[in-house]
Amino acid sequence: MGNTDNRDNPENITNKEIENNAQNAEYSLNDDRRVKTLSPGALVVKRFIRNRVAVTGMIILAFMFIFSFIGGAITPYKEDQLFYRYDEQKKQYAGVTQNSELRYVQDGSFSSLAQAQFLLAQIKNTDTFKVKGTEYTYEKVNDEFFVIYEEGKEEPVACATYDIISSSTGNEKLPFPLQYAILEAANSGESSFELDGQTYEVFGDGTVTLNGEEIAYASRYIVQPIMSDVFLTRGFKEELIESIEAGEEEFHYVDADGLEADYFITFNPASSNWSVLQTAQTKVFDTYASPSKEHILGTDRNGMDMLTRLMYGGRVSLYIGFIVVIIETGLGVIFGGIAGYFGGWVDNLIMRIVDIFYCIPSTAIIIILGAAMDAMRVDPQIRMIYLMLILGFLGWPGIARMVRGQILSLREQEFMTATEACGIRASRRIFRHLIPNVIPQLIVISTMSLGSTILTEATLSFLGLGVKFPFASWGNIINDVNDTFVLTNYWFIWIPAGVCLLLTVLAFNLVGDGLRDAFDPRMKR
Amino acid sequence: MRKYIIKRLLLSAVILVFVAFIIYVLMRSLPTSYLEQVARAKSQQPGSKSFEEWMEQLSATYGMDKGIIPGFFSWCAKALRGNFGDSWRWTVPVTEKFHDTVWLSFVMGGIAFIFELLIAIPLGVLAATKQYSRTDYAITVIALAGISLPTFFFASLLKLLFSVKLGWFDLGGLVGRNYERLSPMGQILDKADHLVLPIVTLVVISVGSLMRYTRTNMLEVLNADYIRTARAKGLSENRVIFHHAFRNTLIPLVTIIGGSLPGLFSGALITETLYSIPGIGYTSYQSMVSGDIPFSMFYLVFLSILTLLGNLISDILYAVVDPRVRIS
Repeated sequence: MGNTDNRDNPENITNKEIENNAQNAEYSLNDDRRVKTLSPGALVVKRFIRNRVAVTGMIILAFMFIFSFIGGAITPYKEDQLFYRYDEQKKQYAGVTQNSELRYVQDGSFSSLAQAQFLLAQIKNTDTFKVKGTEYTYEKVNDEFFVIYEEGKEEPVACATYDIISSSTGNEKLPFPLQYAILEAANSGESSFELDGQTYEVFGDGTVTLNGEEIAYASRYIVQPIMSDVFLTRGFKEELIESIEAGEEEFHYVDADGLEADYFITFNPASSNWSVLQTAQTKVFDTYASPSKEHILGTDRNGMDMLTRLMYGGRVSLYIGFIVVIIETGLGVIFGGIAGYFGGWVDNLIMRIVDIFYCIPSTAIIIILGAAMDAMRVDPQIRMIYLMLILGFLGWPGIARMVRGQILSLREQEFMTATEACGIRASRRIFRHLIPNVIPQLIVISTMSLGSTILTEATLSFLGLGVKFPFASWGNIINDVNDTFVLTNYWFIWIPAGVCLLLTVLAFNLVGDGLRDAFDPRMKR
Repeated sequence: MRKYIIKRLLLSAVILVFVAFIIYVLMRSLPTSYLEQVARAKSQQPGSKSFEEWMEQLSATYGMDKGIIPGFFSWCAKALRGNFGDSWRWTVPVTEKFHDTVWLSFVMGGIAFIFELLIAIPLGVLAATKQYSRTDYAITVIALAGISLPTFFFASLLKLLFSVKLGWFDLGGLVGRNYERLSPMGQILDKADHLVLPIVTLVVISVGSLMRYTRTNMLEVLNADYIRTARAKGLSENRVIFHHAFRNTLIPLVTIIGGSLPGLFSGALITETLYSIPGIGYTSYQSMVSGDIPFSMFYLVFLSILTLLGNLISDILYAVVDPRVRIS
């Protein structure tokens, strides 16, 4: 092109030079005498590089390849590595209820029916009541303590009180006789009592000791741990009740071993009890973490590093794009080449098959197959292979049509007559002499369909019918926006993936467009 | 001409039979269908028959117990009489559900198509007349960006901007919350309001290819000899472009526009699904995903007919518009 300008422009060449040239013409091998020629390939490259838009596309593509393939290799995280964080969570630790009704201390023989009858008798101020033929009497020690006897028995069967006796050593229930003895002693103001030959002491604050050791205590509050394996010490309970009575909302406790813990107290008026919440550190998935130093693009729904997912997603998208395009180009070249070269009924048959494939609504078919694979629970890896095969198999007719058209016009040219005269066999004539002439158009159409394949794959993955978790793909990363909360609040989840996708497809289209112009010899700039 | 059309029609019919057969085989070979879901649900009811018995009964009811080839012929025989069976998922005749949904898709597609034409053709012509200028580059890149834009990503961006941040439109659906209480005029406006974002999405996604098509063809015409002659005559540039060049560009444009008219009925599967617009696209997406064979079968064959019809119309239009084709 431009390199011949100097020689062709007559104004630049003076007469003297022409003379000199004429003299030296036969001998000179100087550079200025040489006709610089470029091979067709070099011309194409030159034309391509001049197209600034196409070069931009090429740069974007190079970046995307480095990002996906090299980036994926140097990133410190794995594709499906989960991240955790420690979360301060308030957990239910204990429940506190202030006892406001009579509670029955018994050994199990005083049924709830009897309890109801007892209440009735107490309201009616009668000393006896009958339950199922058994007569009971009760004795009112004071307003808060009643002892109930069954007729004909010396020992009481139950007693009713507002106080609750809890064991100081564990969560186990104290035997009825002991409880009864404690209550009796406490209510009659005695400071000690004897039971089974042992002497217990009762103090004014409700503590009961045996041989100087505390074994039980009485209280108006019921404090119960939420977890059955937790034992609440008396000290804890008392301090807790003090804070509750003082109306505090926070409670700090240091136990005998010096361990400190903070608790929050909330009152629930509906059930008139307090719940005690303990702040505990819990290991949770680090989901939807905002961008930070460790996770430049934050983490996703499962607590995986977003940037790493993005890189691996790019890998998957590009892999699928290339493999599908290789499949469809292969099929297209073979069928188009055969149809174009042989013509006649072969051509007719292949072209009708192409017509049929053209007519099949491919998006709908892929959606149906995707849904079927969902139902069959196909392994994600095998599913990816199926996806590539389906996309490739549905995509070849366009390429076949193009190849056939080109070959139809090429085979009428002289060089084909020459190959025939040389006796070259048919397969060699097709693949060695015809196909290479179609390659420029083939490269253009393949580049363009790389873009559209990546787009199709992304759309399918977005709908949840393409690449599946745990594999990342740009489409299934954006899938998270189906959750409106993610759409609104976590831009870093889906915007980067969308931008990557858009840039890659755009770059493939720009490069394809640039190649088309570069391959076209009629192009003048 | 008539002979040509008849020949094309017959060929289309043959292709259609094959396509229908392929689709039928595919649908029948699927391992699961909506019937199994129904059978499973029914067999779990107290005192019910077993799953296998339900499956047998349902298969017999819906003609699924025949082999694939007899099944296909009986499907064809019914389809020719306009009977496509009852949709499993929607529990109404397929044609009724189709009738309920297709017009919405047509209106949506039609409005989007008009906007596409209004935007693509002037910009394409402009890009071609100013080839290699900044305008041309900008238009080319915008067109390619439109083609490259993933529908779902663009729709999400629109939703974020206009529904969430600005609150102008609802996130999805065809009617608003208080649709029932609106006046008839208000109801129409409500629907129109809900169709704005889907139509914008459709236009932006598909305007690019038409724009490039216009540009390419306009460029071809501008390089023709008769344009050089027109310029040599000393005609004004406007007259050259709009009187001589654009009219000739209309030939390929009219054929491609005519060819894409049937496609307006096919519905926008992805866009409708994204915005939950109950058109034919979204309806058939739900049917296909749940394995509703009668409806999917109908929709796929319907799409094939539309494609064939589109090709036929564009070929015929080409012959009608361009007298050079008619002679050969």
